[in-house]
Amino acid sequence: MGKVKGKSGPLARRPDNSAFKQQRLPAWSPMLTANTVLPFFYLMALICMLLGVWLLLTVQSTQEIKLDYTEAGTCDVCFEKRKNVSNAAQTCTCTVVFSIKKALKGDVFFYYGLQNFHQNLRRYMDSRDDGQMVVHTASHLRKTQMVSPLPPCGAVANSIFNDSFTLTYHGSSGPSIPVPLLRKGITWYTDKNVKYRNPKNDNMTLAQVFEGTARPLYWQKPVYELDPLDPTNNGFINDDLIVWMREAAFPNFKKLYGVLYRDSQPFTKGLPAGNYTINISYNFPVQYFRGRKEVVLTTLTWFGGQNHFLPVAYLVTSCLILLVAILLTVAWWKFGKNGKRMEE
Amino acid sequence: MGSVASYFGRLGGKEQKKEEERLFRANDRPFNLSYHYADNAIKTSKYNLFTFLPLNLFEQFRRLANAYFLFLMALQVIPQISSLSWFTTAVPLILVLSITAVKDASDDINRHKSDKQVNNRMVKVLIDGELRNEKWLNVQVGDIIKLENNQFVTADLLLLTSSEPLNLVYVETAELDGETNLKVKQALTVTGDMGDSIDALAGFKGEVRCEPPNNRLDKFKGTLTLDGQTYSLDNDKVLLRGCTLRNTEWCFGVVIFGGPDTKLMQNSGKTTFKRTSIDHLMNVLVLCIFGLLASMCAVLAIGNGIWEVREGSVFTVFLPLEQGVNAALSSFLSFWSYVIVLNTLVPISLYVSVEIIRLGNSFFIDWDRKMYYPKNDTPAQARTTTLNEELGQIKYIFSDKTGTLTQNIMTFNRCSINGKAYGELFDFSGQRVEITEKTARVDFSWNQLADPKFTFHDHSLLETVREGNPEAQAFFRLLALCHTVMPEEKKEGELYYQAQSPDEGALVTAARNFGFVFRSRTPETITAMEMGRTVTYELLAVLDFNNVRKRMSVIVRNPEGKLTLYCKGADTIIFERLHPSCNKLKEATIGHLNEYAGDGLRTLALAYKPLDESYMDKWRQRHHEASTAMEGREERLDELYEEIEKDLLLLGATAVEDKLQDGVPQTIEQLAKADIKIWVLTGDKQETAENIGYSCNMLREEMKEIFVVAANTTEGVKEELQNARRKMCPEAAEEPSVKKARAGLFWLQKTETVQDEKVDGDYGLVINGHSLAFALEKNLQLELLRTACMCQTVICCRVTPLQKAQVVQLVKKYKQAVTLAIGDGANDVSMIKAAHIGVGISGQEGMQAVLSSDYSFAQFRYLQRLLLVHGRWSYLRMCKFLQYFFYKNFTFTFVHFWYAFFCGFSAQTVYDEWFITLYNMVYTALPVLGMSIFDQDVNDRWSFQYPQLYTPGQLNQYFSKKAFVLCMMHSCYSSLILFFIPWAAMHDTVRDDGKDLADYQSFALLAQTCLLIVMNIQLCLDTYYWTAVNQFFVWGSLAAYFAITLTMYSNGMFLIFTSSFPFIGTARNSLNQPNVWLTIFLTSLLCILPVVASRFLFIQLRPTINDKVRQKVRKEALPAPAPRRPPARRISTRRSGYAFSHAQGYGDLVTSRRFLLKLRSRPPLFTQTDSPLAQNEPQLYRTIAEDPEESQSP
Repeated sequence: MGKVKGKSGPLARRPDNSAFKQQRLPAWSPMLTANTVLPFFYLMALICMLLGVWLLLTVQSTQEIKLDYTEAGTCDVCFEKRKNVSNAAQTCTCTVVFSIKKALKGDVFFYYGLQNFHQNLRRYMDSRDDGQMVVHTASHLRKTQMVSPLPPCGAVANSIFNDSFTLTYHGSSGPSIPVPLLRKGITWYTDKNVKYRNPKNDNMTLAQVFEGTARPLYWQKPVYELDPLDPTNNGFINDDLIVWMREAAFPNFKKLYGVLYRDSQPFTKGLPAGNYTINISYNFPVQYFRGRKEVVLTTLTWFGGQNHFLPVAYLVTSCLILLVAILLTVAWWKFGKNGKRMEE
Repeated sequence: MGSVASYFGRLGGKEQKKEEERLFRANDRPFNLSYHYADNAIKTSKYNLFTFLPLNLFEQFRRLANAYFLFLMALQVIPQISSLSWFTTAVPLILVLSITAVKDASDDINRHKSDKQVNNRMVKVLIDGELRNEKWLNVQVGDIIKLENNQFVTADLLLLTSSEPLNLVYVETAELDGETNLKVKQALTVTGDMGDSIDALAGFKGEVRCEPPNNRLDKFKGTLTLDGQTYSLDNDKVLLRGCTLRNTEWCFGVVIFGGPDTKLMQNSGKTTFKRTSIDHLMNVLVLCIFGLLASMCAVLAIGNGIWEVREGSVFTVFLPLEQGVNAALSSFLSFWSYVIVLNTLVPISLYVSVEIIRLGNSFFIDWDRKMYYPKNDTPAQARTTTLNEELGQIKYIFSDKTGTLTQNIMTFNRCSINGKAYGELFDFSGQRVEITEKTARVDFSWNQLADPKFTFHDHSLLETVREGNPEAQAFFRLLALCHTVMPEEKKEGELYYQAQSPDEGALVTAARNFGFVFRSRTPETITAMEMGRTVTYELLAVLDFNNVRKRMSVIVRNPEGKLTLYCKGADTIIFERLHPSCNKLKEATIGHLNEYAGDGLRTLALAYKPLDESYMDKWRQRHHEASTAMEGREERLDELYEEIEKDLLLLGATAVEDKLQDGVPQTIEQLAKADIKIWVLTGDKQETAENIGYSCNMLREEMKEIFVVAANTTEGVKEELQNARRKMCPEAAEEPSVKKARAGLFWLQKTETVQDEKVDGDYGLVINGHSLAFALEKNLQLELLRTACMCQTVICCRVTPLQKAQVVQLVKKYKQAVTLAIGDGANDVSMIKAAHIGVGISGQEGMQAVLSSDYSFAQFRYLQRLLLVHGRWSYLRMCKFLQYFFYKNFTFTFVHFWYAFFCGFSAQTVYDEWFITLYNMVYTALPVLGMSIFDQDVNDRWSFQYPQLYTPGQLNQYFSKKAFVLCMMHSCYSSLILFFIPWAAMHDTVRDDGKDLADYQSFALLAQTCLLIVMNIQLCLDTYYWTAVNQFFVWGSLAAYFAITLTMYSNGMFLIFTSSFPFIGTARNSLNQPNVWLTIFLTSLLCILPVVASRFLFIQLRPTINDKVRQKVRKEALPAPAPRRPPARRISTRRSGYAFSHAQGYGDLVTSRRFLLKLRSRPPLFTQTDSPLAQNEPQLYRTIAEDPEESQSP
């Protein structure tokens, strides 16, 4: 503070004449004037309007079919059955029939949805252990096992969604054709390749690596046998497990189950119109917590799924901005323009 | 803190009983040590190496906010509660604690250094019969020490002997009481006889009994017992630590009090810690926030309870309850979990940031070149760094006069001799010419004894004198003879005058330059050089000045044997005593006097009277009788004086200018425009004070009336005050309207506010010390306040320092307004300490005022820059900062609140923990600091152009409880947008490749990105003044956010610290989605546009003064220069103050021998500042009770 810095002489303590110290830094002082604010508002109204319309058109071009199967079709039997915990071990399959009026064109995504399932509870999320699922060696796995003996541990993994679906197309003529679903590539790349890693051991199979570990309480199969068809899709890097482990932010959510495999007729252009049945292996109990289960079939655009909120919000916002802009213009015209109020 | 230190001190085993009486023997260390008196080491530091950490931490955790965060950390350790990782509070807390600790440590190191420096000073101590050099800290009570000239007094000493005759020593006490004049101390003869004989001193076995250590500087009681004889000791025989020995070769003294017991250190009581009103408001707000926090947590806890019963209980299949936890307990735990999650409502970085901003603004004050005074190389200094924003809220200024408004320099400006006026210049058309620096000065080089610093511009006067005009010569002869000035001529021709009042000095100097040089005096003679001829006058009598007589006379006999009485005094007094033959001359002189009065000059009338030898003989006889009379001496002398001072012959009048400091009237005008009321509190006489009031434009001729309250009884004062009030505002109620309210923490503090009353026209109030004493009594103080506040100008004269403080306190108490006191002398210290803000003028009267002030600079005129520019900006910046800071933290926290309704009230956070940790510390810290350090609505020139810009500060308009509530509502709106728009946009959507986007991690990222972007745009909207630094901070913060986020969500970080960075890949996977960006855009738009719209609307409909001026700034680049008005010519009918600034003359001293015994050279100005005080705690000294120089009652 005003200390002498090696200077001497009569003006030794004179402060430096720098723009910074004298608070004269060159600066720009913008002000909210009619010339800037009003055009800005009109411009924003226009932009929002255009965006809204564009997004609305985009979203309209997608199709979505939602099917609550909790008690639908023959599933009411299973629903009743799952009410009783003692029946947990028994399998139960059911079928739901639905029809598609208009063909779903392009890639069709198959989701399962849950309602009122709180994946976002703090204790639920805290119960997982990310460290366990990137272990690199079997011995390391044993070590973490001492702490948490169930690989993968925690309420998240334990509560994995275990219904499975097969979709069948009943064309207007001809036989029923099972709809091929691609069950892989449904996870984030980073999850599949970085976040989840199986313990590696050159000489051992996965089963050997996991030997001696118990499976989570509600699981019918151990972690290394999750996908019987594809041995590389087992253990911690099982796609379904990874998808489930990415906890939803809200209690109502949907998760990707599979993608339509557009390799063969009649599915090369998407799902044709007609009748479909879903065979459900009904395992996941939702009645305890008053939850609902659904399947969702949808097509996508660059904007994602069929969510009308943003387009509508943009349109509403646009109208509001326009309204406000007009109000401001009037206010400015009546009061501010002549600058009388700006006088002293 | 003091209590803690003393507590630890006591632990150290130094338990002390209260000392009843001090007893010690000189030269007897073993005896004295048995009493465990404190030695001379002082310690102002708080910590040492080992106690620093515990003590400092203890100190810091006494702060509510810090303790709160410690408590939060403790909560976070409990696993059932912990909703956030420990680092979210630990990192900010450690940062805050360490910043404060570093600051405290550096302060303490400085104190250690200065302690060490003071303690290690060397002094000669008499030990075992020889003088040894010892460090100060080793000096013990009872030691005899030797001091030499210009040395600091080591401890409180009993003076034993001195080099000077009569055992006198001279000390300068400026450090103690601020007075620069030397004080004389005298040793007892019995000790003084020892001289400098070491043997005698070593054998000195006196025993001293005296009072215990105390803080009374002006009193000392004790006895010295020597060889069975007891001598009493008083303050005259004691040298106090903090004084400096002057004009004395050496002296010996015995130490009475050492180190902490010295009166100096005893006076260093606790300085009252000043806090700003914003501080108080902040405390209240933090309390409100705690309340809000508690209620939010309670709502959420209840929510949790309900949820657990309705939903959680059935969800236990997937998430089993922990053992022993039921809904009620879960609800209780969730309350504390939410206390942790929502802790950001109470911003930990608030206090730190506030301190940083204040520090920054203080540096700007220190650095301001426009407040630097080149003449004595003094920059402005912000001595307190915590009060800046209060500078922008000042409503009342209390100013000292001498040395603050005026320079305390008198100049001989005009005179009227024999009916002819001199001193002004006229051009050929008879127009008055303004005298400037460039005007040709009168050349005095013919006179070798002339004072080169004296300037005069009217040549005609010198010509008149040199022509030998008898009246002019008599005029200057009078000035050269009739005074009590002491001359000092070290070298032939180099004359210095030591005058008791600067007026006298100015007059004698004028005479000296006009050829009547006063050269020397003895008690009986005065020698003068009259136009080159040495003349010695015999001085027969000095009829001294006092406040009642208002005149002084001398009776001299010239070499020719003619007796003359020369008299100078107040014009009214002199005119009463004139000989009738002077009537015509009197009229002319009165005309001139009125003119001078109109210019605010201090005048004296001069007269003489030739005396008859025989009459004089008789008179002297009677005078001798009277002056030796035991009873009624004063009255008899007065009578005699009265008798001889009559039938005087008028010579003329002098006008002395009490030079105002530069720019004082303009400053006062500016401050008045800013609606700041200025009260002048001065120890001066009423006339002088009024004079200054006129000359600095506070009192004006066009004022409707100027009330003078000068009654001497309670009733009288009451009546005068009431009359004045009724005159100003006849319709006002008799009883003052007092608004009672409660304020402060917990609303414990009762406040009473006297409402302002509206008055038409300008009035002035002059009140003198007596009346003030009555008016400040309990039953009258409200009356005084009401009346005074109705007036434009209030001048209190002849007030004591205590009264100054009382006046300040009165206004502080009943006006709830921010006050500022400005002064330069020791007599202003009490008022400087009492006011919210004390400003010291680093001027001539010593350092006292500066040491206890909060801000100091060299010239009164810098006050307008301090207030109108720095103060205003500081206030503006602080308010903007607070508003924005609360906004950003509330918004941040409220989002958690909304999310609670979606996550089963489980205390799940919306954002990533790292974001929570870094939000206040990294992402938003610099931009807001940038705004609150650099922002200015308009630059300094416009601030001066429109002082009205200052008024919002006085009315607390920028930040108040109302603004806080508005800010909270704004946050509420923003947080709703910030949560629900992303929620609606995301909850049912997926990425463009069908994969997850509505997962928790992506949503967290989206929410925090939206928040940060909105906060930055809001900051941009709030910033008036965009420097490159601001731009850099804003963009830099955003860039840092994305950089840090991408880093923390990267593979590497995950693989190294798996459990700390689970958000791997989130940024990459969701920030490449167009709908994420569209959501961010919409959110920002919805948050910002309403703000823009409402601000724009307010500018259109109800523009504030700031808007108006800013509008003007846009149109014109620079403000039009203020028109320079020529000084108006005033003719006043008001009789001016006479020029005597002191109360009582030196008369008896001049005629006594003692004064002349020793008159040593004294350096004109002490440049030495290297004193123990200046380095120690600056604000240590409490005050000195009385102003010795002017405030005594007549």
